[in-house]
Amino acid sequence: MINPRPADYQPAPLIEPGHTFGSITDKISAVVLSGRQPLSWVIVVSISFMLVGMLGMAITWLLIKGVGIWGINIPVGWGFAIVNFVWWIGIGHAGTLISAILLLLKQGWRTSINRFAEGMTIFAVMCAGIFPLIHTGRPWLAIYWLFPYPNSMSIWPQFRSPLIWDVFAVSTYFTVSLLFWYVGLIPDLATLRDKAKTLWVKRAYGMLSLGWRGSARHWQRYEHIYLLLAGLSTPLVLSVHTVVSFDFAIGIIPGWHATIFPPYFVAGAIYAGFAMVLTLAIPLRKIYGLEDFITMRHLENMGKVTLLTGLIVAYGYISEAFFGWYSANKYEGFMIWNRMTGPYWYIYWSLIFCNIISPQALWIRRVRTTTTGLFVVAMIVNVGMWLERFVIVITSLHRDFLPSSWGMYYPTKWDWMTFIGTIGLFIFLFFLFVRFLPMISIFEMRTMAPDARPKQAEGH
Amino acid sequence: MDSAKTLPPAIYGVMAEFETPHALVKAAEQTYAAGYRRMDTFSPFPVEGAWEAIGHHDRRLSFLVLVGGLVGMMTGYGLQFWVHAITYPTNIAGKPLNSWPQFIPVTFELTILFAAITAVVSMIALNGLPMPYHPVFNVKRFAEHASRDRFFLLVEAVDPKFDKQQTTDFLKGLDAVEVNEVEP
Repeated sequence: MINPRPADYQPAPLIEPGHTFGSITDKISAVVLSGRQPLSWVIVVSISFMLVGMLGMAITWLLIKGVGIWGINIPVGWGFAIVNFVWWIGIGHAGTLISAILLLLKQGWRTSINRFAEGMTIFAVMCAGIFPLIHTGRPWLAIYWLFPYPNSMSIWPQFRSPLIWDVFAVSTYFTVSLLFWYVGLIPDLATLRDKAKTLWVKRAYGMLSLGWRGSARHWQRYEHIYLLLAGLSTPLVLSVHTVVSFDFAIGIIPGWHATIFPPYFVAGAIYAGFAMVLTLAIPLRKIYGLEDFITMRHLENMGKVTLLTGLIVAYGYISEAFFGWYSANKYEGFMIWNRMTGPYWYIYWSLIFCNIISPQALWIRRVRTTTTGLFVVAMIVNVGMWLERFVIVITSLHRDFLPSSWGMYYPTKWDWMTFIGTIGLFIFLFFLFVRFLPMISIFEMRTMAPDARPKQAEGH
Repeated sequence: MDSAKTLPPAIYGVMAEFETPHALVKAAEQTYAAGYRRMDTFSPFPVEGAWEAIGHHDRRLSFLVLVGGLVGMMTGYGLQFWVHAITYPTNIAGKPLNSWPQFIPVTFELTILFAAITAVVSMIALNGLPMPYHPVFNVKRFAEHASRDRFFLLVEAVDPKFDKQQTTDFLKGLDAVEVNEVEP
């Protein structure tokens, strides 16, 4: 054993002792209703808003000039747009995983992190959605081959293409995540309505809460459909990244055409998502003093999920290399050898360091139970997952079947501005959410209070 | 004027307040056992046993969601079949026009989409929401505490067994912290 558990080991509690229904309500709703935000909020929102401006500029220039401003060319026709799309969609997986799968598995610790993880999912999917929308540089021409509607040309989308499956998977995922999030918010919006002092604030939350009053009949239907939504979202979340991986796996490019892709993409998505939840949770609990609700236990559990999914991803890398050799296909063999030793070798080995070597630190309890340790690993994993998408897309394309068609891909400043702009948009939307909606589910936290279940031990 | 004096002002019901979820469930069970039916409980989070105590269980939702999912499934497959086999047949790599394995992903996604939308819309509709006005909010304690930390039991005036004085006394006997009349 690397980490023998001491005999007197007690995991950190899910909620610090001494909280009542009232104190939980007041503490979480105060972030929204007090109207005062910490200085760090103002700074983060200002900087991220400037990045949103940069994104707007980059997209405007793209619409004026076309995709020629990007670094893509033949043979690398898919550049940053698809790399960033897959990266963002992957990040958007943890929210629904936490809300749905952990709910079905009765993991009580999901309660304090599900709300902002769901918010994160929605914003990440929004960022992801920008790229397929703009990747042709002429989005107004893209509508008729993406959406089935009777158009003046009498032509219809090609439903045998994984790119169309992707449109349906991502838009369904976005809609269902948004519904799930909103349903979870209704009782908390009612709390904000009842606690708000100003008339127009009361009215705004009152309208959003639909007049929720906490009736037992309502709760019964509510709990029923919440469970059904969780059951529906579980196969959905697994299907989304599977379909995204089909964008690659259905093609015949060496490095893409692999049956390992769906499970390996799903594991990578959960891995990236949990790393991003950690990246957001650690500063948030500090800024807003929510250590009572997002305890070390939550962070440690997320660290464990990150480690586990990281190991599945490592298995994916190993099997890719193994297939390259064992298939005895010279294109496959060349592809993997080129990844390791070709012109992009440094990206491949950075990826191995970020995604396989660095998370191994999470085996050590000291790393798992300190915020700094977890934060550093999570940041490295965020970078690593982006590098993974880069390796899959770019290195597979830049060496075509004929050496005469070989080329290199260099992102331009517009590529970088669009990418960094979406990070700004993500942070901006997330901090607006923190300002206007309760970032922790208040009503679910009340069920964690000792008074809610005096007969049982605390926790689950 | 006279009639207003002789007729007592109509009320919506009587509401008792409790401090813990257990007191609420116990009181609801006793009220139900006493023969009251038009009653409801209110809590700031779903309380185990509360809807059983007032004799409520709505099982229609599962059925509605199933129907929603099936409609989504047929829409998804039907759309693709109609596009590729009927209105716009194209030969792609010599595959049959009704190449069903390639129609599975969109069929699956639309099944989930329709089922999820049905679930949320039916929950809101069956709950009678959105409801901009409801008499329970006329009770000051309710408006301040029902979504925060207290638990309420309401007996509606339309219940055949309802009698303002008797029902109020009955609820007071159930260890209620406070009993209030609810203005309509």
